[in-house]
Order: sequence, then structure tokens, then C-alpha cells
Amino acid sequence: MTPPDDIGAGGRRPARAPGARRLTRHRLFWPATFLASLLLGNVAFTHDFFAVRVQNGHLYGSLIDILQFGAPLILVSLGMTLVIATRGIDLSVGSTVAIAGALACEHIATAKDPGSLPTVLSAITLAVGVAAAIGLLNGLLVARLYVQPIVATLVLMVAGRGVAQLITDGQIISVSSSAYKMIGGGYWLTLPFAVLLAAALVAVTSFVTRRTALGMLIESVGGNPVASRLVGVRAAGLLVMVYVVSAVCAAVAGLMISSNVSSADGNNAGLWIELDAILAVVIGGTALTGGRFSVGGTVLGALIIQTLSTTIYTLGVPPETTLVFKALVVMAVCLVQSPAFRARLSRRRRPAASAPAVGDAGVRQQEVHP
Amino acid sequence: MSTTLSSPTRPLQPFSVRHAARLPLMVTATLLIAMFLIGSLLYEGFFSGQVLLNVLIDNGFLLVVAIGMTFVILTGGIDLSVGSMVALSTMLTAWLVEQNGAPLALAAPLVLLVGAASGALMGWVIHTFEIQPFIVTLAGMFLARGLCYTISTDSISLTDPTTTRIAQTRVLLPGGLFISPAVVIAVIVLALAFVVLHHTRFGRTVYAIGGNEASARLMGLPVGRTKVAVYAVSGLCSALGGLLLTFYMLSGYALHAVGMELDAIAAVVIGGTLLTGGSGFVLGTALGVTVLGLIQTIISFQGTLSSWWTRIVIGGLLFVFILLQRLFGGSRPALRRVLGSGRTRPRRPGGEGVGALAERDC
Amino acid sequence: MAAPPGPRTPTRTDQPVLQARGIRKAFPGVLALDGVGLRLFPGEVHALMGENGAGKSTLIKVLTGVHPPDEGSVSVDGSLQRFAEPLEAQHAGISTVYQEVNLCPNLSVAENLLVGREPRRLGLIHWSALYARAARLITELELDLDVRLPLSAYSLAVQQLVAIARAVDLEAKVLILDEPTSSLDRDEVAQLFSLVRRLRDRGVAILFVTHFLDQVFDLCDRVTVLRGGRLEGEYRIDELTPVTLVHRMVGSELRTLDELAETSRTASAAPVPAETPFLSARGLARSGAVQPYDLDIHRGEVIGLAGLLGSGRTEAARLLFGADHADAGGLRINGERTDLRSPRAAIARRIAFCSENRKAEGLIAELTVRENIVLALQAARGWARPLSRARQDEIAARWTEVLDIRPADPEAQVRNLSGGNQQKVLLARWLLTDPELLILDEPTRGIDIGAKTEIQKLVTRLASEGTAVVFISAEIEEVLRLSHRVGVLRDHRLVATLLNDPPLTPDRILGTIATGATS
Repeated sequence: MTPPDDIGAGGRRPARAPGARRLTRHRLFWPATFLASLLLGNVAFTHDFFAVRVQNGHLYGSLIDILQFGAPLILVSLGMTLVIATRGIDLSVGSTVAIAGALACEHIATAKDPGSLPTVLSAITLAVGVAAAIGLLNGLLVARLYVQPIVATLVLMVAGRGVAQLITDGQIISVSSSAYKMIGGGYWLTLPFAVLLAAALVAVTSFVTRRTALGMLIESVGGNPVASRLVGVRAAGLLVMVYVVSAVCAAVAGLMISSNVSSADGNNAGLWIELDAILAVVIGGTALTGGRFSVGGTVLGALIIQTLSTTIYTLGVPPETTLVFKALVVMAVCLVQSPAFRARLSRRRRPAASAPAVGDAGVRQQEVHP
Repeated sequence: MSTTLSSPTRPLQPFSVRHAARLPLMVTATLLIAMFLIGSLLYEGFFSGQVLLNVLIDNGFLLVVAIGMTFVILTGGIDLSVGSMVALSTMLTAWLVEQNGAPLALAAPLVLLVGAASGALMGWVIHTFEIQPFIVTLAGMFLARGLCYTISTDSISLTDPTTTRIAQTRVLLPGGLFISPAVVIAVIVLALAFVVLHHTRFGRTVYAIGGNEASARLMGLPVGRTKVAVYAVSGLCSALGGLLLTFYMLSGYALHAVGMELDAIAAVVIGGTLLTGGSGFVLGTALGVTVLGLIQTIISFQGTLSSWWTRIVIGGLLFVFILLQRLFGGSRPALRRVLGSGRTRPRRPGGEGVGALAERDC
Repeated sequence: MAAPPGPRTPTRTDQPVLQARGIRKAFPGVLALDGVGLRLFPGEVHALMGENGAGKSTLIKVLTGVHPPDEGSVSVDGSLQRFAEPLEAQHAGISTVYQEVNLCPNLSVAENLLVGREPRRLGLIHWSALYARAARLITELELDLDVRLPLSAYSLAVQQLVAIARAVDLEAKVLILDEPTSSLDRDEVAQLFSLVRRLRDRGVAILFVTHFLDQVFDLCDRVTVLRGGRLEGEYRIDELTPVTLVHRMVGSELRTLDELAETSRTASAAPVPAETPFLSARGLARSGAVQPYDLDIHRGEVIGLAGLLGSGRTEAARLLFGADHADAGGLRINGERTDLRSPRAAIARRIAFCSENRKAEGLIAELTVRENIVLALQAARGWARPLSRARQDEIAARWTEVLDIRPADPEAQVRNLSGGNQQKVLLARWLLTDPELLILDEPTRGIDIGAKTEIQKLVTRLASEGTAVVFISAEIEEVLRLSHRVGVLRDHRLVATLLNDPPLTPDRILGTIATGATS
């Protein structure tokens, strides 16, 4: 049946909620507010926190630093967002970061001409290609062998660091290649290249997921796998794809990190970045149970984590204690997302209302059985 | 009457079902023997009891931690906080003993208490608010690691005479062999865990929850209490593992035991425990830890192989055992449905019943 | 309010072991039980029957302490009980065995029987005593099992028997069997029944919930029928015939609904059956779900599937869509042999299936109305060929208008819509794929009358435009009004396919359901 075509788009629309309420209901409202207050809080300690200077044609300042150091995390979180949207998780990204950095640096260090563009480009291709293979392995384990995502990616989380050290032979490989340095430490159009690269990849991901049907299909697989199967969504392909994307994002982040310090450290590069990424995704409003995802929220989440680290650093507290704050934030966010927690909270808030009902029941019972 | 009924009550596949749970264990045991024999053939001085005992001496703390992890994984949960808990325990012990002059006899029980209490707290949050174990224990991992740094960012060496004396103690065995007190403690913990898991109601409830949590609840088992207790056991084992590591390292340091949660999980899986819960043996975990230790030993005997091969081999073994788990036992139709394959296999024994029913439930 | 039990009280002098009076239970928006009573006597097998929404499962939940009743009382052996949780009901002697075996497959049979109550010595489990006790229990029930084997070593049917054995060992006075047979084969059912009879002879009161009419007449002594949350009546089984029982269950109130629409059939003239059917199934079957059946579906034809809840209506339809894979038999589409391996394959052959379970199998709750509508079409196109946003908006607006989906906001989350509007969203989703065969499973259940008539009209219109429709509904009147032919299912078997011309009567369908006669 074909419905008549003469009915135009639009039609009746319900009255919109008042502006302020719509604003607070927006999914990015709370992460954005949190980030803003974190940034403002910093002004109290560092008065020129918001100052951005131009020096040698480059922008400098705390805000720029946050963006630059946050860029790898943004990338890893980006891939993680898609994986989590399908009800999955990718624990292997930290190892992938290390492997990608190690591969690229090893390739450049052993090349005849480390500074040349072709060398750097082939290094990048190599790193990204191997990462894609890692993602493929994860994806096939999850989509074809039905291994739980947390278990499937655990394998590479364990083995990956060993592989990275195997590549670097346990050494920290230093490279001196100005072309490679560009990825994580260079500037372009006054901005750090890493920031631009991350922004570009975020934009591409947003564009591809939202302009093609990819985002909707991922959300439908994560939101209701059974119903998705019944409407003919090919879940296996999507699952493999998100794990590949996640690994590739991690690889680019790995290139950035190793390029920034001009060396590859198989042991420490990207250590615990998988946990930060999960945290960023959760703070950004994508639930660990899958479904709706928000790339914008994830970027905010990653920036929040980076700002938190920066703040703690400027406060003079040992930087490692960031972990404590992260733990508290992750617990708070998870509790707020937990239906059981909300149910408890609302029960506690309204004990008075339920009290008379209990009394009623008692009376009724007496009526029935005199 | 019963004769006519006897045919349908025949078990479906008596052999495979009876042995399916033990198969990974047998594979691990075979692997262990093979590794030891190959090592003995290849390297001089490998074939000795002391080499094996050294594996235990170097991994006693890991064994204790992995035993706690076994409890958690048997219920179908996971505890990512163990490595950090170990580090926190070393830090706490060193801080109490070294910087506050507390006697070890006071510090040790306190550390164990902290471990058990934080485990119980995580278990309570997991059970009460129905949050996935991995995210709660992840927060616990951050918290414990972060708390280490609030004590000190540097390593604290232990010079306390009692502690050093214990650390240097050797328990002599016949034949000139020796072990450390940590091994004795680990073996005692292993024996206790075995008895608890196989011969107490608590232990059987752990298995029942792993088999089917909803059923366990309907059967009237104390599910909530047991889940909290299981994480408390894991916390306690981590704290004890931390104490043993303190003796082994004679220091407390926030960067101790980085990644130990992965080793512990790997040991449990290689020991034949299903990551989906409900099936496995704590003795298998001991075998798993020994396998990990032997890998290290062989690599160090080899000399030319670098230490990172350990991680790669462990990862490879983990992969093989996870595949084994998919092939034997842990078939989860629910998972398959979730992931969208329409193919349903003919009815197989086991947990498939519920899922298959749910599938055509109307 | 304290009016039950029903009119035909059996003349028994002994006291009921379980008595529920005046049970009332409301959930937000639904009155699930209204003044329902039930009496169970020792040594009887008592059937609890009712169609969808009759309140059977709510009543069981009240009896087993899952839900406290809003009003009314439950007494065991004459003493009043208020169960706060299932364990309390269990302690009072009410044990329940569910359709899904609620045991732990990884534990041994013995442990499943006795877990939580293991004999102990010095605080440790006394294994030999445990095995001995379990073996004794199994022998007493004349079963033949190795109690040391894990439960998963045995078939589902045996697991069901073990579940019953466990319940019995809890010194159950009352044993509630909630659809224990729905996935068992004939031999397994026989085995289960002989155990149930043995328990009855020992004086256990058994409440047996089933959808299988044969089993009720085969096994039960008395039956309580619920309808629409009320007590329809309590009968001795020998007072009833299958036909009267079905009448009691389905009732006559449906006829009032019928008056809403025109009383005449809305179905148009049947299409010429000479052409090759769009779809033809031969011997299609799936074990435990539906017995082999044959069915031809022509273009422009509405085939109704009638049968009681659990008769295999849905299961039969799912095989036509590849939602479940058939164990046996074959399908031809347009005369061509095909094997539908997945819903995707079926969709590619322009088959659409609206599941009865909107929430679990239809909607993606978090997505918007627009996204839910375009989902099937988009999935068929693949992610790389997206429908443009403008096109999506246009589609959503058009279908919102055509099917009058409210609120008419395509960006509303579908979870916030009422049941009727959610159903329309699902219909829009499938109509958008322009199907040649549309399978509708209970499309009008739980939705308001306005939406219901709209959906009925839509079905008629689709058929007149050449779409083949399989229409499943529990309301026989509705099926008859819409269908050209009616397939009647009973106990997982398609017992008859009747031409609805001259018009069939509901009685004829009920008669076929009750007797299984193909006549």
C-alpha cells in the first residue's frame, strides 16, 4: 500500500517544553556544565587560565594544552563510544596504542631516510593496518564466536603490551623525524596539529555515523538486539566494523603519543587509556548498556578528564591522585545511571506518601476477615 | 512403571557432560607436564624439584590473589581491582610499619581488614545497585591505586627487623629443597578455598549463582549475601597477596603489581574456570598460576628470549583457552540471540533450556 | 467482595489446603485480578485456564508471594497467610515449578534437589549422605537418574522432573506447575504426568497451568477458569466438554466489540486461487514449537490464524519469516524453493513480520518514531545507502499522518508512546518496505478500540491492493471478520484450514479448537 503523497511534511507538533527545561534536559547539558565549572574553578588558582598567547605564530595557553594533551584520549574514546553503543567494550585499546607507536617508530628508526615524508607515511600505514587487523580479530571473536566483548578484548590487552615490547625489543625507541613529529607535536595554522587531527577524525566520525545510517543501525543493535535481528539489521558486520574503528582510532592516538615525545615506549604508552576512555564515554552520557551514543558527549567527557588532570597538576597535588577523583566520578555517574539506585532514591524521598496506603491495606484485610 | 520410563531419563551424553568441566583442567595439567619435560630436555639444571618450588616462591602472592579471583569468576563476576588492592596493601603495610612504627602483628590484620572491607563494599554496590561488576571494580582499581599515591609517590623500603626476618626465612624440606613462608601460606589458602568451595553451603551457593543466578534466588539461596561475600573474599585475598608481596619485595610501592589483575584472570581461565561462571576448580587455578610461572622460568632459562615473551605467551594461552571454553561447555544461546544469529542448534544439554524457551516464549 | 468460590462447588467435606478469596490486584493502568477466588483440595489436580489477560500469571504470583494482593486473602490449611516473598510461600508449603527450569544446570542432580539444605557434618557438607538422600528421593518418585551427574546431562524434560522432585521434597502441600509441558514431546509429557498422578495419590494438591486442552481432560480433576481478571467459574472436569471449556475461556464479550465496526465482514472477495501462491509451506515444523504444517498464502488473501494462547500460532508464523529456523519441511516463494535462514532473507523476499511482543522484539525504545519507522527499510538498504534526513522526515511525517500516530512528533522517543501508537509505528515500519506478505501477530492486542478498527481497516485495504496478510489474533471474531481463510491451531498443530465463505461462525472455530476435528 502506498499512502497518499499529498500530505506535506510537518503536520501537528506538540507544544515545546519551556526553553530552560529543554536546556537542562539536553543530553550534553550536564557534561558541559561540569566541564565549564571545572574550567572556571581553575581560574581561582591560575588567574591567566583562560589566557591564550600567540608565540612564534603558535597559540599557547592552558586551554590549548588541555586540547593538545587530550587529543589522544578523545580519539580512543571516540572508537570506544561506538563499541559501547553496541553493548560491547574494548579493553585492548591501550595495547593497540602501544603497538601502533612501536611499529611506527621502529619503522622510521630503521629506515634509511627517517625524515622523509614517504617513510613517515608508510610507517603510518603500517601502524594503522596492523591496528585494523587487531580490531578485526576482536570483532570476529565477538560477532562470530560470540565471546563476551570484555573477554575477547582481554586477550589482546594481556598480549598486546608484550607484542609492543617485542617490536621495540624492550627499548624505548627514539626517532628524530620532523615529519613524524608533526602528528603529535607540530603546529599547523597556529594550532597544534594533534588537535586538528583529532577534530577532523571526530568530525568525520560524526558525519559518517549521522549522515549515513551507520549511527542509527549501531544504536538499534545496542538498544534492542532481538528487534534488530527481526528487522534484518546485519549485526555481525556492524560489530566487526566498530571494533576495527576502535582499533584504528587507538592506533592514531598511539602515533600522536609517540610522535609527541619522539619515542615509543611499549611499556607505558597508553597505559590505562582504555579505562580513561570508558570513563569519558560514560561521562559523556552513553550508557554502558548500549544504545544511544553521543560523540559530542564523549569529546566533552574526554576533555573533562584531561581538565581534571590539569587541575590537579596545577593544584600541586601529586598528579597520580587523579585516579581517586576519576574513581569517584565514575562511581557517581554509574550510580546516577543505575535504575536500581534511582528507584531507591525516590523511595526514600517519598516515604510519607506510602505510609497511609499501608494502613489502608491493614484495614481492608480486617474487613475481609472479621 | 519405572522400566518404561527409564529410556527417556538416560543422560544425553554421559561421557562428554561428565568430563566437560574437567577437560580444560586436564589440558592444563598435560600442558604443565609437557612444559616441564620440554624444559628439562632443553635446559640443564631445569629438571629439579627446586625449579618447581621456585615457581611457587616467585608466584605465591599471585596464587593467593588468583584464588580470590576464582571465587568471583565462579559467580560470573569479575574483579579488576585486585592488582591495585595488592599495591595498596604493600603501601599500607610499609607505611604503618616503617613510618608509624606499628608492629607487624597489628599492621597485618589491619591491612587484611581493609582489603576485605573494600571488597565487601564493591560487592554491595554491585549487588544493590545492579551495576556491572567490571565498572565497579574498575572504579575500585582507580581508587586503590590513587590512594597509594596519597600515602607516597615513592617506594617505601621496609627495614623493620620482624619483616626482614620473615622475608629471609626459608622453610626447609627433605632433599635439600626449600620454600618461603609465603608458599606455605598460599598452600594453606588454597586448601581452605578448596574446602570452602566444595564442602560448604557457601561454596555451593557460589557455584549455583554462577550456574543460574535467577534460579539460585528462586531456590531460596542467599544470593545477595553470597555475592557480597565473594568480593570480600577477593579483597581479602588481594590484601593477603599484598602482604606476601611486601615480604617478597621488602617494600611498599604504588607501582607494584601493575597488571596483576590480568595475570590473575589469565591464571583462573587457564586453570579451567569458565568466565561465564558456574564451572571450574580452585585447584585448576593453582595449575594456572604454575603454568604462568613455568613460562617465566623457561623464558629465563632460554636466556635469549626476552621477558616480554611471557605476556605474549600468556595472551596466546588465554586465547586458546577462551576458544576451548566456547567449544566445550559454555554455550550461551542468550548471548547468541543478543548478537543476532538466528541459527539455533538442536537442543543440547545444559543451560540452553532457558534460553531456547525464552526464544519462543509467547 | 468475599463471594467466591464459584457457583458449582463440589461436594467435598475436607478442607481446602489452599484457598484464595476475593483477590484483587491492580497494576498502574490495569486491573489484573478482580475478586478472584481459588480452592485447592488435597489429592486433586486442578487446572487453571484462561486466555491472554485473564490474570492467570498474576494469580500465581499472588499465591507464591511474588506480588502481595491489594485485597483479599490467601490461606493455607485454614490459616491466613501474607507472603512477603516467594520463600515464605515455599515455607508455607506452596512450591512452584516454572516453564523455564529454575535449577542450576552446572550442579549435580543431587545438589539441585537439596542445595541450601544439604546434610552437614562438622559444618561441612556430608556428601555421601547427600547423595543417599537424593537417590532415595528419586527412587521414591520411581525415577531412574544418576544423582551424581550434573543436571545438564539430562534433557529438559528430566530437568523438569527434577524440579518437581525438589518441590516435593520441600514438603509441598501445594504444587503449582506453570506450563511445564509447553516444550516437551509426547513421551516426555507422559512421563511428567505419571509423576504428577503419583504425587496426587499421595495427597499433594496440584495446580496445573497449561494451554493444552487435551492435557486438562487427560489429567485434571477440576478446573478454574479466569477471564479478563475475573473468576469465570470453577468446574469438575466431567461437567465440561472441550467445547464448553473453550467457550468459558473465550467468553462472549467479544461480540460487543464486534458491534463497533460494521457487523458484516469487511473482508473483500477472495482472490482467484488458481495462480501460484505467493508462499507455500509444506511440512514446515520446528521441534517443541510447531508440528509439521502445510499452508498456501495467495496474494491479496488474508489468512487468519486462530487458536488459544500457546497453541503454536506465533511459532508457526515465525517459521514463515525465518525468525526461527525450521527443523523440517520446505518453503516455496513464488513457486521457488527457498530456505529462510534469517529474517534478513525473508525481508529480501518482501515478507514482513510484526511481532506480538512489541517491546522486546519490535521497538528500539530509545530511538525516535522517525528512526523506528525507517529502520527496516534502512536495514535492507544497508548503512552505506542512507535515506536522506529530508526523506526520513517526509516518510515519518507522512506515516504519522496516514496512521494517525500521536503525538504527531516524529522526533518523540517511541518509548513514550501509548501501545496503540507504538503498534502503528511498527506497522508503518513494515508497510514502508512494501511487503508482499505481511505477518501480523496480535497487532490489536492491548490497544484502544479506535486504533484497533483502524488497523483492521488497514488490513482489508492492504489485501484489496494485493498484499498477502497472515493475521493472528486471540479474538476469533476479529480473525473471522478479516480473513478469507482461517487456519486453526491446537496444541502446536495446525488442525484445519477453513474457507471463510460462506462465513464461518465463532462457534465453528471454537469447536474446531476444542475437538481438533478437521471435519
